[in-house]
Amino acid sequence: MKEINISQLIPVVRKLCIDANYYASPDVVEKIKFFMEKEESPTARDILALMLENHKMAAEEQMPMCQDTGVAVVFVELGQDVHLVGGDFYAAINEGVRQGYQDGYLRKSMVDDPVIERKNTKDNTPALIYTEIVPGDSLKITVAPKGGGAENMSEVKMMKAADGIEGVKDFVVDRIKRSGGNPCPPVVVGVGIGGSFEQSALLAKKALLRPLTEKHPDPKWAAVEDEILERINKLGIGPQGLGGRTTALAVQILTKPCHIASMPVAVNVNCHAHRHESAVIE
Amino acid sequence: MANEIKLQTPLTSEMLEKLQVGDKVLLSGTIYTARDAAHKRLIELLKAGKELPFNPAGAVIYYVGPAPARPGKPIGSAGPTTSYRMDPYAPALMDAGLKAMVGKGPRGQSVVDSMVKNKAVYFAAVGGAAVVIAQAVKEAKIIAYEDLGAEAIRELKVVDFPVFVANDIKGNDIFKIGVEKYRR
Repeated sequence: MKEINISQLIPVVRKLCIDANYYASPDVVEKIKFFMEKEESPTARDILALMLENHKMAAEEQMPMCQDTGVAVVFVELGQDVHLVGGDFYAAINEGVRQGYQDGYLRKSMVDDPVIERKNTKDNTPALIYTEIVPGDSLKITVAPKGGGAENMSEVKMMKAADGIEGVKDFVVDRIKRSGGNPCPPVVVGVGIGGSFEQSALLAKKALLRPLTEKHPDPKWAAVEDEILERINKLGIGPQGLGGRTTALAVQILTKPCHIASMPVAVNVNCHAHRHESAVIE
Repeated sequence: MANEIKLQTPLTSEMLEKLQVGDKVLLSGTIYTARDAAHKRLIELLKAGKELPFNPAGAVIYYVGPAPARPGKPIGSAGPTTSYRMDPYAPALMDAGLKAMVGKGPRGQSVVDSMVKNKAVYFAAVGGAAVVIAQAVKEAKIIAYEDLGAEAIRELKVVDFPVFVANDIKGNDIFKIGVEKYRR
């Protein structure tokens, strides 16, 4: 049994919030460069170049890459041999988010009541926290700030088994087609298939965490990802929807077993900033 | 090949006549920020026949909710937000004299029709180029609705703010033309 004091979490979460917003991930930079070389539209190439310039300036100026610094989505993998002491676990994560968004000059984008009052909470809390118990005695925290524009283009569909793999592909491609320039393309497409209504949505979000340069471990799903990506990049939407061949940087799928009567499919769209940072506390 | 054009606010119909979709424009002068909550209030003022916090004649509205500024800086990161959410409000503002909107993503048909009718345009800024855009902002001050925080209306002085013509005054739409050109 390992003891971890809750107070250790606060500075870690604070830094993850800031770093995820200031520094572009190397895999995102690599993918944008890869697609820029192949891009046929001069306007699209201009825009992709501007995105790369923006990455550099964000790091230099210590400013967030995008003004929409998102809601703080926090994934925690808690080792089952860890004993958390010294306070409330979720309060500590929220305190880290509060400090990160304040000290990092990040925008606060959370409203309390979702419909009637919609009053800004002014510190970007509460974070959206998902905790999973895993083997081991360490604690892994991932902060994935999620902007509103891309999140709004996401969808869950309860499909029929008869729709098959072609139905899944069509649904994902159609979801991106209907999104047009809204989600800040080139997008990263997270797809969650199976489980239940709510689990498919969480799978789709978790699918976004896989490095963009890594293939799906199962070759049959890797082939599905490649095919969907190719079809999306033939839609013509392009960077920011102004036309071009670079509409998505990657399609990433996660699957789970499901009920004999069900085939839930969720698409979670992420913008090209594609932010996430992780740290392990041992 | 697209042109690169410099424009200075306030804008006039004559200045906008030569613009074609896809042209890169470097925008300089005074522009105003407003997004969802501020638009709702502006429209309430128009309906009540009251004056807006800024003169809409020839004006440019930028759909943005900037990040907080570091000390000594006029503004934090300031990229565009998705424009379709402002579609229900945009035609009334164009009827009042608004000449250009800056945001990201396509507009609805009623907005496109209103642009043709009012000889106004829609510029696409690059979503996620928020730090580059912030460098083009030389001054920023809140002129209305401070209680809305990031959504308050700010008067920005910009120099060479890079945008692309997405809808011209003839009703052309780059979100349709551009996509058709590169669809396979």
